Amino acid sequence: MINQKEILETIRMIQNENLDIRTITMGISLRDCCSEDTDKACTRIYDKITRYAKDLVKTGDDIEKEYGIPIINKRISVTPISIIAESSRSGDYVKFAHALDRAATETGVNFIGGFSALVHKGYTNSDRGFIAAIPEALSSTDRVCSSVNVATTRAGINMDAVRQMGEIIKETANKTAHNKAFGCAKLVVFANAVEDNPFMAGAFHGIGEPECVINVGVSGPGVVAAALKKMDGSDFGAVAETIKRTAFKITRMGQLVAREASSRLGVSFGIVDLSLAPTPAIGDSVAHILEAMGLERCGAPGTTAALALLNDAVKKGGVMASSYVGGLSGAFIPVSEDAGMIEAVQCGALSLEKLEAMTCVCSVGLDMIVIPGDTPASTISAIIADEAAIGVVNQKTTAVRIIPVPNAKEGEVVDFGGLFGSGPVMGVNRFSSEAFIARGGRIPAPLHSLKN
Amino acid sequence: MRAVITVIGCDKVGLIAEISAILAKANVNILDISQTTMQDLFTMMMLTDLDKMNMDFAMLKEQLTLKGQELGVDVRIQREEIFQSMHRI
Repeated sequence: MINQKEILETIRMIQNENLDIRTITMGISLRDCCSEDTDKACTRIYDKITRYAKDLVKTGDDIEKEYGIPIINKRISVTPISIIAESSRSGDYVKFAHALDRAATETGVNFIGGFSALVHKGYTNSDRGFIAAIPEALSSTDRVCSSVNVATTRAGINMDAVRQMGEIIKETANKTAHNKAFGCAKLVVFANAVEDNPFMAGAFHGIGEPECVINVGVSGPGVVAAALKKMDGSDFGAVAETIKRTAFKITRMGQLVAREASSRLGVSFGIVDLSLAPTPAIGDSVAHILEAMGLERCGAPGTTAALALLNDAVKKGGVMASSYVGGLSGAFIPVSEDAGMIEAVQCGALSLEKLEAMTCVCSVGLDMIVIPGDTPASTISAIIADEAAIGVVNQKTTAVRIIPVPNAKEGEVVDFGGLFGSGPVMGVNRFSSEAFIARGGRIPAPLHSLKN
Repeated sequence: MRAVITVIGCDKVGLIAEISAILAKANVNILDISQTTMQDLFTMMMLTDLDKMNMDFAMLKEQLTLKGQELGVDVRIQREEIFQSMHRI
């Protein structure tokens, strides 16, 4: 029998420290939905998603009720649509986005990911046109998320795609200007994208994945922060140990929910993603964990080391708690979605350059960062190139989700609402990268030996 | 299926009786019960067996929540596995 202390600990984590399951994401393969006829392909896609995911939201809600653990999001990821749309003759890629949007609405999920392309080594005939359709796709749908993988450690960095993505991000911002450029919050540029990520906006169902799978993303920065607050003056060995223990407990929740959801839905269990994903809610911040380690503000010297320790300890604690771990697994540092990050930017402690350094040691990358609307496309491309280089050289996933809000100036605040929070507009280095980005071509893959 | 019911709040006369009455009506068996008071905060925990329950889980949960609101305490019902999985390997 479990004892009283343990029961109360679990309840405290959920009630006071914002422990939750961030997302149950159903990955669905659409590889059998291709057709020369775009409308036929779209019908197949809609039918397949609504068939497989018809009970997803209800199952999530049932599990939430029975176990008393909040499950914030129910979502769907699909095979990168660029692959499915390739055989359709019309080249009308936006129709595919509309089919996904309708399927998401019908099944009741709040986001569907996979309007994606993998172009790390180069473009196929249709890839360039597909990517060009992203701004229209994101501005004319509500729930569709898009991602483009522009680099891998094995292939190097496709600088043509990096250049195009800078322009695509600007165009998406302009097309959704009436909505604070929100389209860009649904668009991620990746290096070393993973195939089983349950988190939006970057989720897609990789081509090596099975027919249908359940991936679960856990969260709980508040639980870790609360545990660390009791550790004033302890050394880093003790700090790491505490984070590991806490991450273990958090991940056990994810494992339980993933197993339960996959068995109820009759779908195979994919992975648990051990991510510390913050929300704008008070007490659900990754920045506050770093501050609990003794930094006056997130962004102060020492922040990168603190984040490295946190990221590593979360993985070590989580790995043993779940039979299959995958996805992005680490600490997320999205600026607008984290109350502590927002404060740190506003008081001048945290800059874009420091965030870039932090992405070397944590999960993913420059995430939910609002920049001035007059930032040139080439500068955005160059930021993507820098981030991709970090991922490629360090053999990790990195990403850029950056939002150049038209007419926004440094220091202003842009409010997106809900889980996306509000982002202070961050300053961007004003020196030009135009000629660098104009070169195009491919940066070769790095050496895999002689490591130093 | 077994579930843990926790009641947290200010103690008052008849609290356990009121909660137990709902369980009896739902044909839920109480396997174990314990209570403590920490710094004026009353905490009661029950381990219950829901196998012969005559209503669905959601309805029982709602009845307990409503009763909690009436009594001014926080009543939760959660399947036992959540505690098992978090604290036992």
